[in-house]
Amino acid sequence: MEIARPTDLAGVLDALDADPAATLLAGGTDLMVEVTYGGRRPASVVALRRVDELATWEGRTIGSGVTWARIEHGPVRALAQAARTVGSPQIRSAGTIGGNLGTASPAGDGLPFLAAVDASVVLASTAGRRTLRWDEFLTGPKQNALQPGEVIVGVELPEHLPERQEFAKIGARNAMVISVASACLVREAGGATRIALGSVGPTPVRARRAEEMISAEPSPSPAAVAEFGRLVAEEVSPITDHRSTAEYRRHASGVLARRLLERCL
Amino acid sequence: MTTTPTAVPTTTAVAGGIGTSPLRPDGIPKVRGEFAFSGDLHEEGMLWGATVRSPHARARILSIDPAPALAIPGVHAVLTQDDVPGRKTCGQAVKDQPVLADGETRFWGEPVAVVAADDAETAARAAAAVAVRYEPLDALTDPGEAERQGSVFRTMHVVNGDPDRRGEVVVEGYYETGTIDQAMLGTEAGLAVPDGEGGVDLYVATQWIHEDHEQLYASLGVEPGAARIHLSGIGGAFGAREDLTLQIHLCMLALHTGRPVKMVLDRAESFAAHVHRHPSRMWYRHEADPDGTLVRVEAKLIFDGGAYQTTSHAVIANGAYFAMGPYHCESVDVVGIATRTNNPPNGAMRGFGAVQVCFAYEAQMDKLAAALGMDPIDLRLRNALDAGDRLPTTGQVIEGAFPVAEVIRSLAAMPLPDAGPGGDPRHLPGGAGLTTTAADIRRGVGFAVGFKNIAFAESFDDYAEARVTLTPDGLLVETAAAEVGQGMVTVLQQIARTATGIEQVEVAFVDTAAIGSAGSTSASRQTQMTGGAVLEAAEAVRDEALRRAGGGTLSGEGVLRDGVVVATLADVLAEGPITELVRFRHPPTTAPSETGQGDLHAGFSVAAHRAVVDVDPDLGLVRVVQVDTAQDVGKALHPAALVGQLEGGILQGVGMAVMEELRIDDGVVRNASFTDYLLPTILDAPDVEAVLIEEPDHWGPFGAKGVGEPPTISSTAAVVAAIRDATGRDLTRAPVRPEDVAGV
Ligand SMILES: Cc1cc2nc3c(=O)[nH]c(=O)nc-3n(C[C@H](O)[C@H](O)[C@H](O)COP(=O)(O)OP(=O)(O)OC[C@H]3O[C@@H](n4cnc5c(N)ncnc54)[C@H](O)[C@@H]3O)c2cc1C
Repeated sequence: MEIARPTDLAGVLDALDADPAATLLAGGTDLMVEVTYGGRRPASVVALRRVDELATWEGRTIGSGVTWARIEHGPVRALAQAARTVGSPQIRSAGTIGGNLGTASPAGDGLPFLAAVDASVVLASTAGRRTLRWDEFLTGPKQNALQPGEVIVGVELPEHLPERQEFAKIGARNAMVISVASACLVREAGGATRIALGSVGPTPVRARRAEEMISAEPSPSPAAVAEFGRLVAEEVSPITDHRSTAEYRRHASGVLARRLLERCL
Repeated sequence: MTTTPTAVPTTTAVAGGIGTSPLRPDGIPKVRGEFAFSGDLHEEGMLWGATVRSPHARARILSIDPAPALAIPGVHAVLTQDDVPGRKTCGQAVKDQPVLADGETRFWGEPVAVVAADDAETAARAAAAVAVRYEPLDALTDPGEAERQGSVFRTMHVVNGDPDRRGEVVVEGYYETGTIDQAMLGTEAGLAVPDGEGGVDLYVATQWIHEDHEQLYASLGVEPGAARIHLSGIGGAFGAREDLTLQIHLCMLALHTGRPVKMVLDRAESFAAHVHRHPSRMWYRHEADPDGTLVRVEAKLIFDGGAYQTTSHAVIANGAYFAMGPYHCESVDVVGIATRTNNPPNGAMRGFGAVQVCFAYEAQMDKLAAALGMDPIDLRLRNALDAGDRLPTTGQVIEGAFPVAEVIRSLAAMPLPDAGPGGDPRHLPGGAGLTTTAADIRRGVGFAVGFKNIAFAESFDDYAEARVTLTPDGLLVETAAAEVGQGMVTVLQQIARTATGIEQVEVAFVDTAAIGSAGSTSASRQTQMTGGAVLEAAEAVRDEALRRAGGGTLSGEGVLRDGVVVATLADVLAEGPITELVRFRHPPTTAPSETGQGDLHAGFSVAAHRAVVDVDPDLGLVRVVQVDTAQDVGKALHPAALVGQLEGGILQGVGMAVMEELRIDDGVVRNASFTDYLLPTILDAPDVEAVLIEEPDHWGPFGAKGVGEPPTISSTAAVVAAIRDATGRDLTRAPVRPEDVAGV
C-alpha cells in the first residue's frame, strides 16, 4: 500500500492528481472500521492530518480537518451540541467534520446542522475549486458528489447565522451511540425557521412545509407548535432497521421538532 | 461472627485476611496494561488460525474446496470435519455439536473449516477463500413452532401440592426476554503449541480447563496426558467461556502443521462463536387468597436453546425450579421447555435461567399486589421463604441462611434519592443527546427480589481441588480454577492468610496435568468450592506446622509461643515439605424425581433490587438514576470486591432492562458489533448503594456465600418495574425499547 503524507494542500492535490483513485485518510474513525471489519483494502492512501491548512477554522470557513473535539468547544452552538454527541472523547479527538461529509452517512451527526443553515462544501482538485450547497454535495446514503482527484477543503457557513439554534439526537443509550433520529432547528428573531433531521431519510431531511408554516408565526401558540411537530413527522421518510422502527423515528421527529422549536422561542 | 472456631486460637492476627479489602495481585498490572491476556500470547514461529463460518441459519454443505485458500502463499492448512482425528462432536453434557460442520450447518456462524497461515491477515483471507457450496434449507427459528414439532432438548414438569387449590384473586401474564450476550471484553483467544511427540499444550482463556480437557483429548484422539490445558489471562467470562469455541480447532491446526498456532476472534466473530442467554417466552397465572397468601402458581416457560444443547438442560431446569421466586405457595405447576431450533446456541450466562423467570414472577407479584389492593412489598414479605422452609417447587427444605424477609426489609428501609434530577442534562433521559429537559420526565420506582442456587445441582458430583504448600517464605496455593476477573485470586489469598496467620501467599494457576479439577468458574461457586478446598488445605498445613513445633501459634515468621518465635518456617520445613491436597465437596444433592422433587440444590442466595428511573414518556427514553440492593452474602470476605460484583451485576441487569439484545432475524444476527449491541456507558450507569446481609452459610468458608449471580437476577426486573411505575404501561418484554415506552 502506498501512503502519501503531504504537509500542505498543494501537496494533497498533487498526490491526488498523480493517483486520483487514492483513498483520503483524515481521523480514520470511519475508514479504519471499514478496513478492520469491512475488508476494505485501499491500494493507496493520502493522509491529511499533517495538512494544517485543512485544520484551520477562520470565521465562517471550517476546515475539513477540524475535529469534533474542537467543534464541541467552538462558537457555533448547535454544531457544538452535535459535536458533543459524536462517539466518545477518543473519537471526537480524531474524527473530523470532513470525514463526516466524506462518509455521508444518513446518521452523520454533523450533517443536520449544515442542512439547517444551508451550508456549502468547498472541494478542490488541481483543476480548481468548486463550491456545492449541502444538498448538491450529499446525494444519497453514503454517497456524495466528490469526484476522483478531489478533496474536501472545508465547510462554508452562511454570513449570518441565526442566534437561536438547537440540536438534539436520540439513541438507545445516553452517550456514544449511533443516531436513531436527530434534528437541528434554527430560528431568526423575526420567526424564519429551518429544521433538518438526521437518520430519517437517505440524506438530511429539510421539513419545508413545516418550516413555511411556522416561519409565518412570530409567536406561535401551543397549537401551532403542535401542528409544526405534526408536519415535520409527516415530511420525514424513515425506515425500519435493527436500530429502530420507521414508526418510532417518525414519532420522535415530531417530538424533537416541537421541543427544539420551544427552546428557540 | 462466622469465623471458623478452629482458625482463631492457632494463628496470629494477619494483615490482608478475610473481611478486609487488600489490593488484588493482578490489579496494578491490569490497570497498567502489563497483564498478559490470552490475546497477548506469543510463541516464536507461530501461525495464525481463522475460521470459516456458515452464513446461513441452516444449509446443506454440497462441497468444500480448500484449493483457492491453499493457493494463497503463506497458507499452511485448511481443515474440515474429515480432519477431526477423534470424536467428531463435542458438548458439555451431550456431545451433539460437530467440531466442524458435518454436512449440514444448523446455525448462522457455525464453524465449517479452519485455516492456518503465516499471519492473521493471510489467515482471514484464506478463510474467505475456502470455497464452500451451500444449499440453504428451511430454518426452524420460531421456538413456538419448535415446541409444536417436539424439537426440544428437555421438558420439565415440576408439580407440587394440591392441584385443586384455588385462590380468589387471580392474575395472568405473558412475558418475554430477548437474547442477551455476555459481551466480555476479552474475545476468545488461545495458542496451541505442539510438543513434537504427538501431544499439545493449549493456552486459553476459559472457565473450566478440566471440562475443556475431557472434550479436547477425545476429539483429538490422543491419550488424556498428551493434551494439556493451561489457563491464560482471562478478560471476563459471564458464561461465554463454558462451552468450547476455538480449543479443539487450535490444537488440530497445531498438530497438523507441527507449528504453534494462535487465534484471536474479532468482536463480530466473538458474538457468533459463543453461546448467549436464552430468549424466553413465559405464561404465568398467580392465585392468592384475599389476605395475600399465595396459594397456586402455574407457569409455562419456553427457553430457546438454539441449534445445540450446550447447557440448555440445566438452564431450563433452573427456570422451572426457581419459576416462582423465593415465596411460599401451596400448589405449583410449572412446565419448562428448552427448544431446539436453528437459532444460535444459547447456554450459560450469569444468572443461568433464574434471570428470565425473575423478570416474569416479579411482574406477576406487582400485578397481584395491585389486584389485591396491597402494598407490593407487604405482599412479598407475607409470602417470603425462610431457612427451614420448603421450596414450593422442589419440596427441598432450605438449609443454611435464607434471609428473604431481611433482605426485603433492609432494602425497603434505605433512603430514596432526591426527588428530582440535578441540573446536568447528561443525567437526564437521552443524556448527551440533549433530547430531554427536567420538565419532560416522570420518575418511577420499582422493586424486585430474586434468588438462585449456588454450585452444581441435581446430583452432579461437584468438587474442587486445591493444594497448599508451606515454603520458607510463606504459602503457595495451587489451583486450576479460572480467575475470570472476579477477584478469586485475592479471596484465596485471604482465606489462606486467615487460616494460617501467614501473610505471604502466592496463588498459582496450574494446568490440567498438575492438579485435579476445580470445577467451573460459574454458578457463583468458586469462593465456596475452591475457597473451601483452600481453607481445608491451609488448616491442615497449619496444624502440621504446629505439630512439628510442639504447638503455639503460626505466623509469617514461624511458630510463636508467648510472642516469641520458637521455630522459623525454615525450621519447621527441615523435617520435610508440608503440602496438602484437598478435594472439597459440598453437601450432596439428589437427582430430581419425574415431578422435579428432591434435594436438588446445595444452597441458595437471595438478593433484592430497588430501581429509581427517570423516564421521558414521549420519546420513550430512560435514565436509570439509582439501583440499590440488599444481598444475602453469608460473610463478606472482601467487601470491596463484593461490592464490585454487585455494581457490575446491576449494570448488566440495567443493560438487559433498557438496551442489550441480540437482534436475530430468521436465525441471522443483525447486530454483532459493539456499535449496535449496546452496553451501558458510564452515563447510563446508576448510582448503587448496597446493604450486605451477613448470615453464615452452612458450608461456605467462614460462612461465605457465592455472590456473583444474584446482582444480575432481579436488577432487570426492578428497572422495568420502575419504568412501569413511571409510565403506567404494561411493558412485558425485556429489554424495553423506546418504542415500547412511547407506545408507537
Ligand atoms: C466508536 C465510533 C463512534 C462513532 N460515533 C459517531 C457519532 O456518534 N456520530 C457520527 O456522526 N459519527 C460517528 N462515528 C463516525 C465517525 O467518527 C465520523 O463520521 C467522523 O466524522 C469521521 O471523520 P474521520 O476524520 O475519522 O474520517 P475518516 O475515517 O478519516 O474518513 C471517512 C471518509 O471520508 C473521506 N474523507 C476524509 N476526509 C476527507 C476530505 N478532506 N476530503 C474528502 N474525503 C475525505 C475518507 O476517504 C473516508 O471515505 C463514530 C465512529 C466510531 C468508530
